[in-house]
Amino acid sequence: MVGTRDTASVLAARADARAQGANVSDWMPYLPAATSPFAPHGVDPSTLVWAETVAPGGYTHKVVARGTRLRLEDVTGDACAHVLVFNALEPWERLNVADTQKIPWQAYLGVGHPLLSGEGRVLATVVADTSARHDAFCGTSSDEWNVVKYGDAAPQGPSPSGRAQFTLAGVKHGLTPRDLPPSVSFFQGVRVEDDGALAWQGSAGPGTYVDLVAEMPLIVLVANVPHPLDPRTDYVVGPLRVHAWRTAPSSPADEHYGASPERERAYLNTTDYLEARGL
Amino acid sequence: MSTDTVDEIRTTVPVGAVYAPGSRLDWSEALVPGDVVLDERVAPNAPWSAVVRAGDVLTIVDVGGNQSADCLMFNAHDPSERYSVPDTLAWQGNAYVREGTVLRSGLGHPLMTVVGNEIDRQDTIGGACSKESNTLRYGHHTAYQHGCRENFLAEASRHGLTSRDLVSNLNWFMNVPVEADGALGIVDGLSAPGRRVAIRADMDVLVIVSNCPQMNNPCNEFNPTPLRMIVTRSEDTDR
Repeated sequence: MVGTRDTASVLAARADARAQGANVSDWMPYLPAATSPFAPHGVDPSTLVWAETVAPGGYTHKVVARGTRLRLEDVTGDACAHVLVFNALEPWERLNVADTQKIPWQAYLGVGHPLLSGEGRVLATVVADTSARHDAFCGTSSDEWNVVKYGDAAPQGPSPSGRAQFTLAGVKHGLTPRDLPPSVSFFQGVRVEDDGALAWQGSAGPGTYVDLVAEMPLIVLVANVPHPLDPRTDYVVGPLRVHAWRTAPSSPADEHYGASPERERAYLNTTDYLEARGL
Repeated sequence: MSTDTVDEIRTTVPVGAVYAPGSRLDWSEALVPGDVVLDERVAPNAPWSAVVRAGDVLTIVDVGGNQSADCLMFNAHDPSERYSVPDTLAWQGNAYVREGTVLRSGLGHPLMTVVGNEIDRQDTIGGACSKESNTLRYGHHTAYQHGCRENFLAEASRHGLTSRDLVSNLNWFMNVPVEADGALGIVDGLSAPGRRVAIRADMDVLVIVSNCPQMNNPCNEFNPTPLRMIVTRSEDTDR
């Protein structure tokens, strides 16, 4: 006996373990995804392929099919979803933040913004955004940064770094630190002032969401850690809700597809690549 | 086979970027005092790399003016540690690179520090050009053209590195403003022939540079010119 729990024998320990299966926590995956208690309004639950609440300081990861729509929701207004995406077929093709800003001639992420790889193709597209507070300049936190700011950066500690969580998430898909490029983050905005100063905007409040559509099979890595420029000295980050469901990739019928000549050619390159592979 | 130097051949390869005859070139000299331990000229369109020892200073001369020198840096002893744009920007709280900017790795460690700079600001947002991204930016008719990513990949491969090791880079002498509404793009440069930047290695650093061959935007003033790379060592950093 340990306290009131009988775990003295294997059978008793097994019964004790199994009795825990119905427990719930505030941060957990919901399986099957169709059973999510937080399924997005207007989405047929039977189309859900991923449903999860990511803990503050936690991370998640998944390989998703082309045409998957991924919703990230900032439940409390304190989430910060740091995101990396990779071509699941050839993961050395991955998010390229410089091209993602330069090619659309726009530094700030918003509806219709493509997340581009370094191969001239679209990995994913931002197709909905009720927050408009995002950042593609500052990346995520390093161990060095979190040790200076919070005194600790270990994944199991009180103030994990985003890079530490990306490292763990990536390893689960065969990726190593060499495979981790600069990332983007959602829900905590940064703006560039005239002299180049990076000005903190913070969040748009609780309940906002961002939807991404996968334009090819993707490895998605998400770290939910404070933005590096978060001015609070405490490590404050809220839960992050993740849902994904089957839809269609972007097509010429979508307004963003032909919104600029650069973007249209990026989608053409993506389709060209996938069709040659038989996808 | 003759061993005579073939000084001119006929080629059917499309002509790459070349600078106009009569372009003003100023080869200048090192921006900081010290013994010159390396002094090399980089032809237009070509890659370059060297290991710069901790404490040594690399001067890059913009010989023809407004010639983008795309630049990546790696810890010479463990290249999985490499330059990180977001870490560099977040630590200094500013989107532009100027004198005093510490160029940091993805681990947050100083790789190099800008110790001299003769133009208003340097860019690290605009990334590198590539054959692939040229098809988006200018059209598929540019796909055959050379690009900085080609230079990075070719030079990186000499050091055992691959596309997995390429990340967002620095562009010495390139001008990429971010406007109030987030509009961002490569515009006319702020440099001139002979202007220099000097960066001190804070650890032993492998520096890879692409002398940008882009001919479809003003990053080279549509006139790709040479670069001069000078590494100097001062007495008090001798070891």
